[in-house]
Amino acid sequence: MKLALRDLRIAFGRRTVVALDELDLEEEEIVGLVGESGSGKSMTALAVLGLAGPAGATVQGSIALDGLELVGLPERKLRDLRGRRVAMIFQSPVSAFSPVFRVGDIFIRALRLHGIARGDAVARAQEALREVLLGPDLLHRYPHQLSGGQAQRIAIALAVALRAEVLLADEPTSALDVTVQAEIIDLLRLLRERERMSILFISHDLAVVAQLCDRVAVMRSGKIVEAGPTENVLQRPTAAYTSELIAAVPRLGTGRTA
Amino acid sequence: MTEVVLSEGELAPPRSLRAVLRANPLLTAAAALGVVLVLVALLAPLIAPHPADAGSATHPLATFLPPSSHHLFGTDPVGRDLFSRVLYGARISLAVAAAVIGFSILVGLPLGVIAGALGGIADTVLMRITDIFLAFPALLLALALASVLTPSVTNATIAISITWWPWYARLARGQAASVAGRPFIAACKALGLSPTRTMLRHVLPNSLTPIIVQASADVGGVILTAAALSFLGLGAQDPTPEWGLMVNQGQAYFATQWWLVTFPGAAILISALAFNLLGDGLRDVLDPRRVVERR
Repeated sequence: MKLALRDLRIAFGRRTVVALDELDLEEEEIVGLVGESGSGKSMTALAVLGLAGPAGATVQGSIALDGLELVGLPERKLRDLRGRRVAMIFQSPVSAFSPVFRVGDIFIRALRLHGIARGDAVARAQEALREVLLGPDLLHRYPHQLSGGQAQRIAIALAVALRAEVLLADEPTSALDVTVQAEIIDLLRLLRERERMSILFISHDLAVVAQLCDRVAVMRSGKIVEAGPTENVLQRPTAAYTSELIAAVPRLGTGRTA
Repeated sequence: MTEVVLSEGELAPPRSLRAVLRANPLLTAAAALGVVLVLVALLAPLIAPHPADAGSATHPLATFLPPSSHHLFGTDPVGRDLFSRVLYGARISLAVAAAVIGFSILVGLPLGVIAGALGGIADTVLMRITDIFLAFPALLLALALASVLTPSVTNATIAISITWWPWYARLARGQAASVAGRPFIAACKALGLSPTRTMLRHVLPNSLTPIIVQASADVGGVILTAAALSFLGLGAQDPTPEWGLMVNQGQAYFATQWWLVTFPGAAILISALAFNLLGDGLRDVLDPRRVVERR
């Protein structure tokens, strides 16, 4: 088991936003976490990085990475894990980069932060860009000179360069157009095989989830209402809410993939 | 998988300084005037025809001379060359502006960025302290300082500085708070950056543009305020060649010796106008997206 969440409770003051009993991510597995906005998907991902606490939430329960308990881990150790072992990519790829730094700077800074020498960092950055099928010349660009697809690939390449084991992908394709979406999905599949990454794929787009994920968990109001192999959940939903979600995507009812 | 095609065409061409200036004639004029003022201030001892007249020299036989080729701006009630004094006045005004704005940035920027980036209690405490300082009227504080100490350029500078920095703290706080909420700050944290580093490396540089604009536009404001204090007798004292003081000294003679008020007054007007226009021009040019291209 790569990542195991048990009895996770995340609350802001008295308001509980996540009450998740069980969610597992096996090695080299892609698990979809679906649900409407505000259902607690992103907050769950932030909790895995230990960032729900600093955001003002109280976190109880257990989040284990390879058996290492992350809840209650000192901030310094969490900081060391962030990016290096557990990476996260976001919905708005271009604005996920500080506009005043070139892509290459971002790579070098991130790699050096995690103890990699400058010379090695450049080589790793170039290698990671090749891995996501981008040219090394992109290292000289500023974030606003990138397209959305390029920026998302670079965010993924950053995770590759840091040799992250778990990738938390928070709606990584929602802001991209359909053809670019398909490329990013292909890329995530490739990473699972080549880099042996485990991916928690957060989305509200069932069509994308159906294409990509091995298993899927459906979240509503902070709770997991249904979980299981993607095919079972999407073809034969047992929870009424899952059916509603599926009904909201008319073209998904008949075909195996969208 | 499709190969990503990289076209250089999508790269915005970097704008040269010359192109920027050509597209903004008002900014160019203001910047040129600003440069001239700074040069005058720096080179005053070299270009002033009567350097000694900037000080306490007196010429009892040459009082109230109207403007002529020998005294371009005429002479004052004790016979000093007004042109030399106006040139030297640029030194005082710009030095005061530099001191006040330098102090304001040095104090206001860190406080504002810390408050905006951290939020919560730090934000509340720092901003309430800022509000307390904001409640002091510059004039009143200068009056108090002048009565406790002696009125001088230095004390006027201190009084203006104390009332000036809170605006920078507020501006920086607002900008930092908005930057802190942007996705790349979340990305920094997700990469394992400490809060301190995130603040220094990512919030701060992305909060600078409005501060730069404000600083350039404020030079005019500080010059006006300093001149006003000196005019009221709360700042520079004779024989300091301060523009506001010179206007004060000349006002009694306005009907007969018009040059005594006109030239120092024009100096105040032109320099304030130049830096205000410079600030406005920079505001237009330094669109946050564009500043990146020009680095």
